Amino acid sequence: MPRKQSIKTRKQQTVKTLEALGTKIYSEIVHKQFPSIDIPSRSTSNIHYEEASRHYVIGDKSVNRSSRNIRHIRPFTQLVWTASFAHTLCKSKKTSTLRDVFYSAQAFDIHFKDQKESDHIITDLEAALDLSREDFNVFPEERSQIFGDLTIEYTVPGYQGKQVNLTMHPDGLAIGPALTTAELIKTKANKVIVIEKGAMFTRLIEEQAYRKFKAILVHTAGQPPRATRRLVRRLNTELNLPVYVFCDADPWGMAIAITIICGSANAAHLKDLATPEAKWMGLYSSDIPKYKLPSNKLSNIDIKRLQDMMKDPRCKEKPWRPQIEHFLKQKRKCELEAFSRYGLDYVVTTYLPEKLM
Amino acid sequence: MAISKSYTEKSSENETFMAISPADFFYRNRDIAGFNNPTRAIYSALRELVENSLDACELYGIPPKILLRLSFRPGENGEMMGSTYLLKIMDNGSGIPQEYIPSAFGQILFGSKYKLRQVRGTFGLGGKMAILYGQITTNSTARILSSLGKREIYEFNLRIDIQNNKPEILGRRVLENKNHWRGTIVEFALDGDYPRAMPKILEYLKQTAMVNPYAEITFIDPKGRLYRFESVTLKMPEPPKEVLPHPYGCDVETIRRIINLTTCHNMLRFMSTHFHRVGKKTSKRFLDYASIDSTLNPQKLSSDEIVRIVQKMKSYTGFLPPDASCLSPLGTELLEAGIMKELEPEFVYIEQRNPSAYSGFPFIIEVGVAYGGNTPSNSNFTLYRFANKIPLLYDEASDVSRRILNEKKDWKRYKIRPDMPIAFFIHVCSTKVPYKTVGKEYIADRPELEKEIRNGVNSVSRRLSRFLSKQINIEHERRRLNLFKLYLPKIAQFSTDLLPRKRKVPDVNPLLDSLRRSYEENA
Repeated sequence: MPRKQSIKTRKQQTVKTLEALGTKIYSEIVHKQFPSIDIPSRSTSNIHYEEASRHYVIGDKSVNRSSRNIRHIRPFTQLVWTASFAHTLCKSKKTSTLRDVFYSAQAFDIHFKDQKESDHIITDLEAALDLSREDFNVFPEERSQIFGDLTIEYTVPGYQGKQVNLTMHPDGLAIGPALTTAELIKTKANKVIVIEKGAMFTRLIEEQAYRKFKAILVHTAGQPPRATRRLVRRLNTELNLPVYVFCDADPWGMAIAITIICGSANAAHLKDLATPEAKWMGLYSSDIPKYKLPSNKLSNIDIKRLQDMMKDPRCKEKPWRPQIEHFLKQKRKCELEAFSRYGLDYVVTTYLPEKLM
Repeated sequence: MAISKSYTEKSSENETFMAISPADFFYRNRDIAGFNNPTRAIYSALRELVENSLDACELYGIPPKILLRLSFRPGENGEMMGSTYLLKIMDNGSGIPQEYIPSAFGQILFGSKYKLRQVRGTFGLGGKMAILYGQITTNSTARILSSLGKREIYEFNLRIDIQNNKPEILGRRVLENKNHWRGTIVEFALDGDYPRAMPKILEYLKQTAMVNPYAEITFIDPKGRLYRFESVTLKMPEPPKEVLPHPYGCDVETIRRIINLTTCHNMLRFMSTHFHRVGKKTSKRFLDYASIDSTLNPQKLSSDEIVRIVQKMKSYTGFLPPDASCLSPLGTELLEAGIMKELEPEFVYIEQRNPSAYSGFPFIIEVGVAYGGNTPSNSNFTLYRFANKIPLLYDEASDVSRRILNEKKDWKRYKIRPDMPIAFFIHVCSTKVPYKTVGKEYIADRPELEKEIRNGVNSVSRRLSRFLSKQINIEHERRRLNLFKLYLPKIAQFSTDLLPRKRKVPDVNPLLDSLRRSYEENA
């Protein structure tokens, strides 16, 4: 089964890429040269929105980080350390978190000012090697969950080959390192519903919506971590499941949907994160009057964000543009929980069936 | 009205009128000469005597060697009195002819300093005020020994007759001068508060050593502690020459005095003989300008004419500016030597400004700056003020130099911060230093002086700025190299860790060597 090999080969490839970097630097030092690394530039001028593929891509420009340069020497050292740390992680099949990397560095007398700096170096390494940090076994703190009729097979040490169905636990399973590196085996679901709020996620499990709609449920808990975005994409591409995104009716909820569908400028150097085929199914601004949902006034910050989105190349077309305009006109927002007004099962019995039609 | 009138009449009747002698005047007003409290008095006494000694040496080109000793004076029963001291100073100066000794130390406003040349003392007052102060606080006499280096040493025991401003000689001896000693010794008792005056006294001696690097000053304090300020050079500045008064600096009284002394029979000769930088041509032009007949006998000048001459002298623009031959600035080399000796700074730069003049008095400003070493750092620069080689220690806040430093707002441009260990040195040399008080502590704001000081400060600051930039560069290069030294070995280690097989960590020294070479080339 070729699909099953995807995770394993990717890991082997990662180790080789890291070792190639080490070999390059090592031999430069041996030949009395100051080692340097080319990193694709992540400045705004080098990040473009590609209309055809409908996501952000990084341009051809790159910066040379050289150990000869006084301003580069420190980040260069941090980068090489991070590579060697990632190498150790991959070889020993251990995982780590962003925060963990920040603290581990101190044991090697590599000082990061704050976690922001270490996160930044990890991003540099991603761009330089065209890999993502999950490939290096570095994960953010997990907070997303998944639930549904999907069978996976773990690749992490101790669980290798073990298969699990994700309906196993009624609270859902955390999308952590083990799940992210698991092979997707089989599913009876025919769609994926991505939900912003934990309350709605729990509601849909309790109402057995996953069964009714044959859906795998993913809880993003706000802006989805990259591992979650990648998993959503894999569900879409590897299992050919259509994806629906279900968020609050406010600019922030919209931004979550946009990130899942179009990707973000921050991660433009990474492929395989966006799911262009996914559909935004709500809540729309226009759903507020349509379903007579309780709503609140937009704050100034909300309006500012909406105005910024008007300029965003990702929001030029449907469905985004008309909804942004609707928001700005109506000046109301509403949360997913607002459905509670019509009883606990209203979403499942009325809203979702209409939207999923 | 009536009441007030009768009151006035009554009080005038009862009022007694009397003249007081200069000694009496200064006795009553001793605070204006710096003798207002026991702390200040002991400092002022010591200082006046040191300055007299330095002048006595310098005018004759003798490198000064001064020994100062302050000791507790035992009381009548031999017990130690807390606040009475014996002050003794010995110098190797010119010595004083015996006939002048009593007046030189016992008559206020008598002296050799009423001439136009640069000397430390100007009033013929300080040394005598010290003795007077000793006399009124301890009721004792002063002992003076002096010799011109010939066979005799003259010893006088005297006191000042305050009411008559006359020396009162109580004893006189002639001693044999076996070793051809030349110089003067002054010894007298005075009340004072040495523990409180000590910091100022030591600071005074230190700064004196700074501007007199050719002088050797030894001070033994009441506890027997020895402070020695060695000379670092035998080079001395050219002694000042005496000059005639410049027309710009003359007042009616000066002119009257000259008329009394002159042997000239006409105004043309009078003008060209008695004034600084006035020759025949200038004299003629000036007399035409002032509408004074050039053949007129000066003795015949009317009061109005004298007043007119003084007024015209101030407004006439044709006089040459006073020249600086009457001044004896230290020179950049000596001042630098003095500063190096006392502060051992990392950087010092001195600039001597061109001579200039205010109100007919020539002056020269010497400005210096020192950085680092033992230069003290405080929140707003250290300022060393000198006038005619005297350190000025009191009332800094009122001084023109401090005001200039405070008003200067563009230090940033010079890469200078007021809290750096930076000291400025301002030395004003003039035949008449514009002190604001008799206490000789701070200098008044004269626009001509201010301009020279300001320009001098700017100029030396630029030099310091250049030095600091260079320092910063060197420091940067050092820090850079340190960063590479820290990080390159780590890069080598981590890249070795990244290799698929175990290898030896590569040597980064060739890389560091190449950095060192390129930094050296840059420097």
